[in-house]
This record gives sequence, C-alpha cells and structure tokens, in this order.
Amino acid sequence: MKLVTAVIKPYQLDAVKEALHALGVAGLTVSEVQGYGRQKGHTEVYRGAEYTVEFLPKIRVEVLTDEIDVEKVVDAVVGAARTGKIGDGKVWVTAVEDVVRVRTGERGLDAL
Amino acid sequence: MPEAPTIDTGNTAWLLISSAIVLLMTPGLALFYGGLNRSKGVLNMIMMSFSAMGLISILWLFYGFSLAFGEDKASVIGDVGQYLGTKTFMAETDLWGETGIPLYVFMAFQMMFAIITVALISGAISDRAKFSGWLIFAGAWATLVYFPVAHWVWGGGFIGAKLGALDFAGGTAVHINAGAAALALVLVLGKRLGWPKEAMKPHNVPMVALGTGLLWFGWFGFNAGSELTADSTTAIAFLNTQVCTAAAVLGWLVVEKVRDGRPTLVGASSGAIAGLVAITPACAFVAPWAAVLLGLVAGAVCALAVGLKYKLGYDDSLDVVGVHFVGGWIGCLWIGLFGTSSVSSLVADEGLFYGGGVAQLGVQALSALIVTVYSFAVAFVLGFVIEKTIGFRVSKEAEVDGIDIAEHAESGYDLSPSTGSAGGAFAMAGIGGTAPAAKPAEPTTPVSEKVAG
Repeated sequence: MKLVTAVIKPYQLDAVKEALHALGVAGLTVSEVQGYGRQKGHTEVYRGAEYTVEFLPKIRVEVLTDEIDVEKVVDAVVGAARTGKIGDGKVWVTAVEDVVRVRTGERGLDAL
Repeated sequence: MPEAPTIDTGNTAWLLISSAIVLLMTPGLALFYGGLNRSKGVLNMIMMSFSAMGLISILWLFYGFSLAFGEDKASVIGDVGQYLGTKTFMAETDLWGETGIPLYVFMAFQMMFAIITVALISGAISDRAKFSGWLIFAGAWATLVYFPVAHWVWGGGFIGAKLGALDFAGGTAVHINAGAAALALVLVLGKRLGWPKEAMKPHNVPMVALGTGLLWFGWFGFNAGSELTADSTTAIAFLNTQVCTAAAVLGWLVVEKVRDGRPTLVGASSGAIAGLVAITPACAFVAPWAAVLLGLVAGAVCALAVGLKYKLGYDDSLDVVGVHFVGGWIGCLWIGLFGTSSVSSLVADEGLFYGGGVAQLGVQALSALIVTVYSFAVAFVLGFVIEKTIGFRVSKEAEVDGIDIAEHAESGYDLSPSTGSAGGAFAMAGIGGTAPAAKPAEPTTPVSEKVAG
C-alpha cells in the first residue's frame, strides 16, 4: 500500500478531488498547510515598509491506495493540480505498512 | 445695557451632536490602531483608548475643565476652583460666553478633545506598555500637559491671547501635543522585541478602514463643532475638513504609487488621517483651494515621514509621530502661509502668500515649538519616573506571548474549534477543558450535533 501526499495550490483542490473521484478513489484527507518551494513567498508593503511573506497557504491532500493504482493516482493529482505556473506544488509517495478501518477492524487492502 | 445672552437651541443642538460624534472618534481611533496592530495585542491597543474615555472624563469634570477654561491666572493656567466638579450650574442661565450654549455642553464638548488627545499617544507604544503604567501616565500627562496647554491655546493663556497664535480645533493643543509626548514615550520604553527585523504588519486592514471612517465622520464635529455656533464659519470649517482630507488621500496614494508601485488601503486610510490632522488648526482660516493644497502636501509629506522611524531607529509602532506630529506642524504653519482675513476676522496678520509677510508664520512656528518642547519634556520625565518606579514596560515573556493575555487575560480572536466558543469536535471529547460535560446519550437516541455547540 502507498500513501500519496500532494501539496497543491488551494484553488486547485476541487479539480484534484474531481480527478480522484473519477478514478474511483474512495476517500481522501485534506489539510490547510503553509510553506514555500522555489517560488519563495511574496512581498507586502504597509506604509512604505516591506514585509516578506515566506510561507504561502497551500493544501495538503493525502490518499491511501494500493500498489497497482498508485501511478494512476499520482497522474490524476498532477494532471489536475498543474497550472504551469511556479508554485504548483509537489507530490510524493511513501510506503505504508498497514491500514486499519476503525469501524470494522478490517486490515490491509480490505480497509482501503 | 446689553441683554444677557439666552439659550440658543440651534447652537446647543449642534454642539450636543458634535460632542457625541467627537466621542465616537475615540472608539474609531481604537479600531484604526487596533487593525494596524498585530493580533496578539489588539485588545490592549483598543483598551488604551477605552481607558482614556473612562479616566479623562472624570478628571475633566473634577478639575480639567477648570484648569483649561477657568479664569486665567498669569496666562499659564485656569482657576482650578471655578468649575470644580462638585458645583452645579443652572442650565438656563449659566451659558458659555455669547454663544447661547449651556456651560455643561461646552464642558462636554471639550471633554471629548481631552479624551482623544490622550488616546492618540497610545499608538506609539503598542504591544509593550504595562496597562497600569499607561493609566498613571495618561492621568498625569492630561493634568500636567493637556489641561495647561489647552488653556494656553484656547483658554486665555499666553499662546492664544498673548502670542496671537491661531489653532482653530487643535493642531497645536491636540496633535503636536500628543505627537511630541508619543515620541518621548517611544524613547523611554524602547523598541518592541524584534523590531525592525520581524514583520509587524497590520493584522486587520478592513478594521483600519472602518476606524478611519469613524474618525473622518467624527472629525466634522471636531472641526466644525469648534466654532461652537452654527454659522458660516462652521460651514467653511466643515467643507475644508472634507476637501483637505480627500486631497490627502490622493497625496498619500501618489507617493505609494511612485515609491512602492501599488496604492494601498492602509495608505489611503493613513492619508485621510494625515489630512484630517493637518486641516484641524487651519480649517476656519484658509480658503477651500488652500485646504486642498494642504491636503496634498500633508498626505505626501506624512507618507514620507512615517519611513523616518526606520532611518532614525525609533519604534513609533503605529506612526503617531509621522502622522499626528508632522501633520499637526504642517497645518499649524499653513495658517501662516495661507490664512486670510477674507475667510476669518480672527486672522490679524495675512498669511505669507496673501502678502502679509512672515509675522503670523513666525507666531505659528513659535507656538508649535513651545508645545513640542513642553509636551516632550514632561512626557519624558513622567515616562522615566514610571519606568523606574512601578515599571512601564512588560516582561519579555509577556511581550513575546502577547500583551493581551499577559495584561488582560483575554485574547482578541479564538478561531480554533477546540477552544473557541463554537465548541467543535474536541469539545465533545472534553479536550476543550471548559466545555461542560455532555450527558451520555440514551442508547436509542441518535447523537445530536448540538452537543458540540
């Protein structure tokens, strides 16, 4: 099993959700995060004083999937989140040892 | 023998309205300052204004009004016993001068000026002044500086009556006075931790704009009310207040566009305040076109002046010096440049640009200088004494954690579902701490979402 984690621009969330839904992904976890990559932050000016805002608001999307579908999931997220402009985000895949469905106690692939 | 003045209901009604809207300026100022402040100190910032409304009102009633407007003693101070707070006056017969307004109304109108002048100072020392230190300073500074200076300028003291300096609604008595005290306190208290390296940007710009709107509205009472009656001088003071402020918004925005590339709402709000400050002393002495010119100059110069704190290294948190002190000086001098007897018979010497030479300009500069030096010196000594006795600055820990929690045990915003009043998921689990324990649900009863909130 794999965990696909994506950090994307906030306004791309709907597109990513739709793309994953079309793939048949049953569930996903979304959180608001802050950070920066190569684009760094931006500058704000108040009464002539410049403030550099380093951490930009982003959305982190996490999807648990099996080994077979992981490439499709990654492609769907990347395809939906891409605008072509700097700051589109990152997607990474990590191995997951086990998963438990809290309600039933099912484990592994059955719990996805 | 002339008839004794009788109550003029029109003038009285206008001044009552003016008094109320001048009071509204102080909560407006609190929102303006509060929005410019960081979120962790927003309540303390607002509190300094509200506490001035509480404290100064009482001092004004008991002895402030007497010291400022009581019978002149040696051109320096008013007779403290004249209107002492224990006395009562006949509303029908005890009128203020020839205006036909009851003494009580004039007392209330001027009370609002004393309140906001003290509150203005607080913007310079946000996030780091002990509340007890602030209250003691506010009461002492009002007593030793504002009440006497109001007497010097308006109450028959040497600046107005002897020097002949003109200050219609408070450029010298209010803005230069408060600005000089603010600078002194900044030097006594020192910089905020982290300034100027850390970003200390305004936390709520819409609040800044709302505060500006309330100030602008109230300022009509401040300036046009200062005529005390409802006549053509009131009208020009009102009109000049509007057009100068409008021009100052534009003046500030032009500087921002040229210097920073983008015009900002904080800039437009700040420009409005700069214009309101600058027109205050001059509103009844200059023609409307000169008021527009004043606005453009004050907006642009104040926009440049607020950057001086970074060059000179003093942390005037919310630019009280850059806006009120500098704006007050510009407006005060403007009377010497553009004051004309064709607008007001109170202008004895025509302004420089009306061919009157530099006589009035010199008097205006001297009056501003006297108030600057006096206010700065007394505020510095008061601040120093408070710092060395009870302490004027909060601990480093309190400053880092936020002065709202440390001084008031309150926080401005609680947007977390786990600790805010909205309850939320964690409240159900009892993690919120203060949330009342939910009764165990009956087995057949579906869990109600209301339990969480």
